[in-house]
Amino acid sequence: MITVEGLTKTFGDFVAVDDVSFECRPGRVTGFLGPNGAGKTTTMRILTGLTRTSQGSATIGGHRYADIPNPGLHVGVLLDASAQHGGRTGREVLTLGARTMGLPSSRVDEMLELVSLTPVEAKRRVKNYSLGMRQRLGIAHALLGDPSVLILDEPANGLDPAGIHWMRGLLRDYANRGGTVLLSSHLLHEVEVIADELIVIGQGRIVAQGTKAELLQTAGTYVRAADSAAIAAALETNGMTALPSGDGGFRSDAEPAQVGKVAAEEGIALVELRPADGAGLEEMFLQLTAETQREGDAA
Amino acid sequence: MSAAATPAPTSHPTDGPLRTLDVSGTKPIPFVRQVGVELRKMVDTRAGLWLMVTIAVMTALFVVLLFIFGDNGETDQRTFVNFLGTTSTPQGFLLPVLGILLVTSEWSQRTVLVTFTLTPRRGFVIAAKTVAALVIGLAALVLAMAFAAVAAVAADAPGAFDGFGVDDVAKFGLLQSLGVLQGLAFGLLFLNSAVAIVVFFVVPIVFNVLVNLISWLRDAAPWIDLATAQQPLIGVDTQTGLPVDVALGAEQWLHLATATTIWIVVPIAIGMWRILRSEAK
Repeated sequence: MITVEGLTKTFGDFVAVDDVSFECRPGRVTGFLGPNGAGKTTTMRILTGLTRTSQGSATIGGHRYADIPNPGLHVGVLLDASAQHGGRTGREVLTLGARTMGLPSSRVDEMLELVSLTPVEAKRRVKNYSLGMRQRLGIAHALLGDPSVLILDEPANGLDPAGIHWMRGLLRDYANRGGTVLLSSHLLHEVEVIADELIVIGQGRIVAQGTKAELLQTAGTYVRAADSAAIAAALETNGMTALPSGDGGFRSDAEPAQVGKVAAEEGIALVELRPADGAGLEEMFLQLTAETQREGDAA
Repeated sequence: MSAAATPAPTSHPTDGPLRTLDVSGTKPIPFVRQVGVELRKMVDTRAGLWLMVTIAVMTALFVVLLFIFGDNGETDQRTFVNFLGTTSTPQGFLLPVLGILLVTSEWSQRTVLVTFTLTPRRGFVIAAKTVAALVIGLAALVLAMAFAAVAAVAADAPGAFDGFGVDDVAKFGLLQSLGVLQGLAFGLLFLNSAVAIVVFFVVPIVFNVLVNLISWLRDAAPWIDLATAQQPLIGVDTQTGLPVDVALGAEQWLHLATATTIWIVVPIAIGMWRILRSEAK
């Protein structure tokens, strides 16, 4: 439903998006994962016609976004939940959207109920909203026109764990009814909870994409020792990889038996040694973005 | 969590091949609807609403002032035309501000992200804003006329409605429209409330200083200064509210056209060009 082909965007000398291609299918929640500044927002802005491409194309259901008549009825967009006039009430924000799209005001009430904003909250001005409430309002706004495609930039940002769980249920339900969802996040955990498919981006380039199951399937060994530095050094001396997995342990391409042998020979006491499958996306994310992640920009 | 059903997407695809979006049954957003939305945006915030109230109150205040002080015992100046003329001062200051905010508030509050995703045709949105601004200008004119009529009847000065024609209403309406459009133009040019408002008020001051220093500029003033060019329209200096005695002939219309091009048409053109090609942040 969403097709991005060879998309490149440069700002002067800076390449924000570099030859990015991917597809999002109906019935699927596709997670767009990458550290801040990786090019997620730029890609989504190009998809929604706010930014021009330098090269390549981005279409939704075969159309350029700008060519879709009354696009709110087909594509629900939430690019920045904070980009609302603080002086308007939540209800007023939705009313403006509904009027633009030509929808009855009853739709506003339905959406407020859907995102669990109470009538009292809906009468408050947006400047008094927490980020989580703004996100709910933004989701409500995106769903107003009953679209078949959703494009959401960092929708879980500011939501508490219960809120993330709620969003997962909402989007899961939406996708099960045939909707297409593209959502971005810089937090692995959010995407891991919500998405079916993943596109991982770093410094404007796609570094991995596939279903969550495919990307989770990792070969190799997970090892943790009391002396982290010693085990890392031992593995490397013996020509085995040792990638830190963020919790003091390491992932290696070698088999567990080989890693155990090295540890025994070097006299290193192991705390944990097991096949690395099911180790979680965290490891993959750290691994994939470690080299491309900007210094000091913790994801 | 919520009893409301999740909205059912309009398409019912099966998992598998990429689907295309059928947009053939979707009508584009009608212009009148967009104008309605833009009008609503002008009054649905406290700032917007208070600006409207201020315009109404100031219009009434100037009419009341003329009503109290317009009769100096010798000549009673409290005619309909004079009442209408006096409202041009507050409206001349405030309507442009409204025009500025109509554009710049979208950028300062970043709602332009939402506006341009719901209506990607940016020229269409700006056109709707322009019409909305003119509607407000027209409403201000109607209000001014209502206040002036009530005051003129109450004052009951000799010949209170003499020498007043439909063309005066048209000229006054043109003046208000130009004011709103100039604000809109400055808003489009700068996309920043503070800069646009400051420049709007500072330019005439700077111009007056320059006119006093440079003699040839004084001669050129009707051609290049919008305020000077507008004076013959209603026979009132819009900045001081004092009557001026200038005929409105072909040359004066040319003055107005030239000054309008410089201060309204060109800024709108540059602003539009910038908005159409820029990133909407």
